[in-house]
Amino acid sequence: MPALERIAKLYRGDEMARKVVDAIHAVARRIAEREGRDSLVKIMDFCGTHEWTITHFGLRSLMPSNVELVAGPGCPVCITPAYYVDVAIRLAMDGVKVFTYGDAYRLPGSARRGAGIRTLAEAKARGGDVEVVYSMLDAVRRARESGKESVFLAVGFETTTPATASPVVQGKIPVNMTIINVHRLTPPIARYVFENVPGIPLRGVIAPGHVSTITGAKAWRFIPEEYGIPTVVAGFEPLDVLLAILEILKQIFEGKPRLVNEYTRTVTWDGNLGAQRLMAECCDVVEAAWRGIGFVPDSGLVFKDKYRRVDALKQYGIPELTPEEWSYDLPPGCRCADVTLGKAKPTDCPMFMRACTPANPYGPCMVSMEGTCSVWARFGGAGLAEEIARDIGLEP
Amino acid sequence: MCLGVPAQVVELKEGGRIAVVDFGGGVLREVDASFTPVKVGDYVVVHAGTIIATVDPEEAVESIRTWNEIISMLKAEDPGEPGGQGA
Repeated sequence: MPALERIAKLYRGDEMARKVVDAIHAVARRIAEREGRDSLVKIMDFCGTHEWTITHFGLRSLMPSNVELVAGPGCPVCITPAYYVDVAIRLAMDGVKVFTYGDAYRLPGSARRGAGIRTLAEAKARGGDVEVVYSMLDAVRRARESGKESVFLAVGFETTTPATASPVVQGKIPVNMTIINVHRLTPPIARYVFENVPGIPLRGVIAPGHVSTITGAKAWRFIPEEYGIPTVVAGFEPLDVLLAILEILKQIFEGKPRLVNEYTRTVTWDGNLGAQRLMAECCDVVEAAWRGIGFVPDSGLVFKDKYRRVDALKQYGIPELTPEEWSYDLPPGCRCADVTLGKAKPTDCPMFMRACTPANPYGPCMVSMEGTCSVWARFGGAGLAEEIARDIGLEP
Repeated sequence: MCLGVPAQVVELKEGGRIAVVDFGGGVLREVDASFTPVKVGDYVVVHAGTIIATVDPEEAVESIRTWNEIISMLKAEDPGEPGGQGA
């Protein structure tokens, strides 16, 4: 596929990257000259894959001293409430076949270490029937083939939701299969961050590229319009992220916050209309729980009543989680919610790489490939990238 | 979890609801194409076994060209740059 290889080469190009990094430094310097010594530009990413790009490619080490890149709520596995994991574990132990994406397989529920079954992986080890699937399509096929009473634990943001909604709306979910719907929406959690997280205000947002393929870039218009924060929808190659940072700095310097789509090769203004229609047809938007954070208005999806047949909670008579019944659902000492909201770095957590490692995760942010703690643990967000950059003479 | 992997559509099945895509290196896979209209030969982004968007290779090149122009303009405006005019 020469065309795709050409794109990858183009967006990892050394020469262009140097040019963009130089431009970032030049604009950041002009901002610092104007604002003085305390000048700080905090830019948040809202996608685990952006955090992966930033950390894996060591982009933090290339930033000027007055530019800080902060990870925000970009990992749906990390924010899936313990309640629904517990429900899936219980069903698996009751003899129901449970399908899940690989990311959620080792996600802990509410049981403490050494006190009960914490994850679907542990449920499988104790004889529960749990199967990791690559896609909803595979879950539907495997449920049909096995003929067994089956449940799919459906987690994910807008990127993943249409895959769940499509077979539901098309009537293709087999009679022996139901779904635990824990899908969440990203613009409402961005709003929550702007309104509820104190500290140095955010001055730029790197909006999630793949969520935006579905929602369209337009979903993020409210950020510059209502909060005055420069916002750039970006792709996932290092150059995509560097260009987004440059555009944000340029807007700050010019004092003109607006929405820019950097990922034009994939994201349109209106998004994937077929996917949007499916989501609207399948689900109602509700106030929903985010792990360790609590209920966030208009941030969750539940099946419309006409699809109650596929709704696992309704079919098994399990009540939905309510704000009255929700209680703080992170394990003691875990700072995953603070990390998710950009209030803390993984290295601020005393458990990071001690009691909590990718091989033996304690909190949810260490589980998913896109959890900030997991990304930092694997690729050295804790300062390793800066060290290496200094060693090879790349220190800004 | 919103990881998207680029691929090329090599075959359509079931009236276009299922696509066989090539991830490169001989890795072929059937994916859900039920809500993203695609043709054989299209470049796409696949997420969790589902096509979520198409990729426009020409736009990828065009976009870099535009950014290059923006960077040149920034340089020309910067008083700290040799030859810069100041904003």
